[in-house]
Amino acid sequence: MKTPSYLQQFFEETGDISRFAARFFKEGFKPRYEFGELVRQAFFIGYKSLPLVGITAFIMGLVLTIQSRPTLVEFGAESWLPRMVSVSLVREIAPMITALIAAGKIGSSIGAELGSMKVTEQIDAMEVSGTNPFKFLVVTRILAATLMLPILSLWSNAIALYGAYLGANIKGIVSWSLYWSQVFQAISYSDFIPSLIKTFFFGFAIGVIGCYKGYNSKKGTEGVGNSANSAVVVSSLTIFVIDLIAVQITDLLGLT
Amino acid sequence: MENAIVHEAVLVIRDLCKSFGTNKVLNHFNLDLYKGENLVVLGKSGSGKSVLIKCIIGLMKPEDGSITIFGQDVLTLEHEDLDRLRMKIGFLFQSNALYDSMTVRENLVFPLRRHWLKKDMSRVKTDELVLEALYNVGLEHTVDMMPIELSGGMRKRIALARTLILKPEIILYDEPTTGLDPITGKEIIQLMIDIQKKYQTSSVIISHDLQCVSMAADRVVMLIDGVCYATGTYADLRKSIDPKVKLFFD
Repeated sequence: MKTPSYLQQFFEETGDISRFAARFFKEGFKPRYEFGELVRQAFFIGYKSLPLVGITAFIMGLVLTIQSRPTLVEFGAESWLPRMVSVSLVREIAPMITALIAAGKIGSSIGAELGSMKVTEQIDAMEVSGTNPFKFLVVTRILAATLMLPILSLWSNAIALYGAYLGANIKGIVSWSLYWSQVFQAISYSDFIPSLIKTFFFGFAIGVIGCYKGYNSKKGTEGVGNSANSAVVVSSLTIFVIDLIAVQITDLLGLT
Repeated sequence: MENAIVHEAVLVIRDLCKSFGTNKVLNHFNLDLYKGENLVVLGKSGSGKSVLIKCIIGLMKPEDGSITIFGQDVLTLEHEDLDRLRMKIGFLFQSNALYDSMTVRENLVFPLRRHWLKKDMSRVKTDELVLEALYNVGLEHTVDMMPIELSGGMRKRIALARTLILKPEIILYDEPTTGLDPITGKEIIQLMIDIQKKYQTSSVIISHDLQCVSMAADRVVMLIDGVCYATGTYADLRKSIDPKVKLFFD
């Protein structure tokens, strides 16, 4: 029986991305290290994403609280609102929203930038001038994305919880200190740590897929567009798959 | 063109073969480049000229044959050794390949990073080299500009300045006049000739521009059907009665 072509293409691309990731581990930890470029990428990926991630997280916290209130009121459990919302945000919503926003913003930007560099021979020019373009362009971006996603996720948690506080006060009254004491009572390390760990993997996936798509961009401007587009689609899907696996592992370890 | 050519081959290519699918673009291609020589490889579009130049610099791997530069076989060199050899070779890309997220200064400084990492070059020395390279192409005032702010001719000059910054002994030019108007093209060719005289470099110039060939070439190699079909001076080839050669000059 012949394997359908789309399935064959899927496995081939998965294999290529895995080899690309393996090359990152092979080359990434050998000198020469590109610290300057790593810091520059961390600035672009991390610092420059703070406003977008912050606004999204704030709205998510606010909306989640407003929408959850009626159901809790119906069951006479309005006082549980901060606990419920904070657990949902910290465990799942904040890391996922951060990762998806990053996949859109960072994944597309890396895919388009490297794709454009590829088709205009800038990557070849780097190689000719004695700089390893994989180390300079790929390793730094993957590392920056892996290190910045957890920080963005922490930021997103804080802003989303603040949004939730405002949401809780739109129709009810919860004092600042009561709200935060309820939030910290509800959240344990088993909620926080697994969700933080998975953001490293989200960042790694976004970096690897964005770089892979850009670095292997086909000739022409259409290829650059396709690289940016497929970087977002594939990394978003991968984030959901990683999340699914992370939930299963957390469950197996009894951390739910 | 009259250069002080020393009959010592700095680049030797033997039986080079490269194909894409069933299309054999280089089929046992041979070439010698002598010290101080400006060699133009002439051929129509898609004849494999750019493939040849990319094989020389190690950006493409041929299927067979050998490329020897300063006595070192490019195809068998380890990556580090190849990088070291590449420091003696300048490459001017057809598309200029300037890093568009960097200023002109940063573009020129980039090839010097290896020296920084080895700590054998100070920042002051770096600045001197940048200004000297820009002076050679007459664009000192663009040092803090972005490539997007420059015209096509200026970008080509900056790319040439970046090629020159490491004082290469061989310069490979990939279609240096493509996309330029005839006057700017002529200026670039003149610049290439001046640079060759000043630094005594050897050059391989890939082109299908006859103005470029007539001005710059000490010797012309015609790449037709993947082989070195004809070789000689521009005047020799112009007088040729071979129909394939005549086709270029008519």
